[in-house]
Amino acid sequence: MTTLLELDQVGARYGPVQALHDVSLTVREGEVVAVLGANGAGKTTTLRAISGTVSRSGTIELEGKAVRGGPEAAAKSGIAHVPEGRGTFVDLTVLENLKLGAYTRRDRSVKADITRIAEYFPWMTERGGQRAGTLSGGEQQMLALGRALMGRPRLLLLDEPSLGLAPMIVREFFRIVRELNEKEGLTVLVVEQDARIALKASKRAYVLEVGRVALTGSSDELRGDESIRKSYLGY
Amino acid sequence: MVVAAFSDFMQQVVSGLASGGIYALLALALVIIHRSTGVINFAQGEMATLSAYIAWTLTVNHGWSYWPAFAATLAISFGGGVGIHRVVIRPVERGSVLRIVIVTIGLLVAINGFVIWEWGGEPQQLQSPFGTDTYSVGGVVVAAHDIGTIVVALGIVLLLWILFQFTKVGLAIRAAAVNPEEARLVGVRVTWMLALGWGLAATLGAVAGMLTAPTVGLDPQMMQAVLIYAFAAAVLGGIDSPIGAVVGGLLLGVLLNMLSYLSQYSAFGWFTEELRLPAALLIILVVLVVKPSGLFGRPEVKRV
Repeated sequence: MTTLLELDQVGARYGPVQALHDVSLTVREGEVVAVLGANGAGKTTTLRAISGTVSRSGTIELEGKAVRGGPEAAAKSGIAHVPEGRGTFVDLTVLENLKLGAYTRRDRSVKADITRIAEYFPWMTERGGQRAGTLSGGEQQMLALGRALMGRPRLLLLDEPSLGLAPMIVREFFRIVRELNEKEGLTVLVVEQDARIALKASKRAYVLEVGRVALTGSSDELRGDESIRKSYLGY
Repeated sequence: MVVAAFSDFMQQVVSGLASGGIYALLALALVIIHRSTGVINFAQGEMATLSAYIAWTLTVNHGWSYWPAFAATLAISFGGGVGIHRVVIRPVERGSVLRIVIVTIGLLVAINGFVIWEWGGEPQQLQSPFGTDTYSVGGVVVAAHDIGTIVVALGIVLLLWILFQFTKVGLAIRAAAVNPEEARLVGVRVTWMLALGWGLAATLGAVAGMLTAPTVGLDPQMMQAVLIYAFAAAVLGGIDSPIGAVVGGLLLGVLLNMLSYLSQYSAFGWFTEELRLPAALLIILVVLVVKPSGLFGRPEVKRV
């Protein structure tokens, strides 16, 4: 498998606060990779560094090309970032949200893609005119995922998709992510507080601790090691 | 007698819709900017006055005929609006809204000063493209300028609605205004979309200014009262609702004319022209107290 995303000694800061010190990680094409760790370990910041929503240092490469500039440039190069806390345009309709996901595209198959994506989320077809803000939390998270897919991303970044959702909906969400990965070869980098579900959904994982990679391995390995589970993953 | 009263009444309705159309255009401009910056653009009226002067210069000093001058003024105003955002508003956009408010008040004073410096304070006459004819429709006498104003105002509103509702750039402007961070994540160039919003607002103002000047006379202060009416219209409709701004504008125009109409009866004789502005301010106050979200606005819902 070829390398899709490569982070080399990436640091990031919010004003004077250094949130990320030295993160190096790799995501290969077609993989689901999880980033785990406690609150404040730098998980969200890692995703923000990749999509350019925080000032960063070190090198980030997508398909061997350096990722530079702000989030607009990242979106254009094929990185779809679903931020923490849903990330939909609450004042706009479901359909408008989906259309915005395809904003950087210039081709004519946007409509066909809406139909294709609605196969994963059948309710979106009937409720295309509904305002996103009136959807339930789970539906908003699905819409955020659908919108990200509309950009035909090379890489999908998911930030804490389980946050505030009922366990059943979280399972459904990750089932769809796995299906997208298996059927369409979608590459995913997912940040999760809920290590249990993230390790089940992913192939490999990185564990962050105060802005650094503390350990890495296959998800099965990490799940199987009780001492790692207890000291790093909290379950 | 009854027939005469009715035609009188209808006349007031038509001219109320004409002035209401102008309030609607300016209110729409206020709403577009309020949605993206969270502030009222106090310079909106002066920007419109400046545009009207540009149209006047083109027609009187340069001998352009009306409609080319109209189109050129719209283009210049659009560019000016974009320029104002890039140069004056953008540097203060990240701070508190108070900074933007102060900057727009500064703009008001600066543009007003520029207009007087360039063209003097003497009132000028900007021609109406619709002439000074009046028509009698079933006994109701209507001015061609009023009908033209209503048609142009509604036409512009329709075009704007199509732009926002059915085009990609319109969708991007809306997304950038209400949720800039998300918009950047899907690849929208937010600062350019906000600049486009300022350009559109300036263009709307230009139309309002050019339609106002023929009836009240072109002078540096001509849009100041209109801006207050536009505030009232926007607040009445719901400060973040474009449809509300249009309905609020038309409603206010007719309402104020109704009061003038009633003043011919002795019971309402006290309602003179001087009370139009205070009436508008009263409407602002009442709406803000009774229903702050206006007729069409949604009550503010914050996500936790």
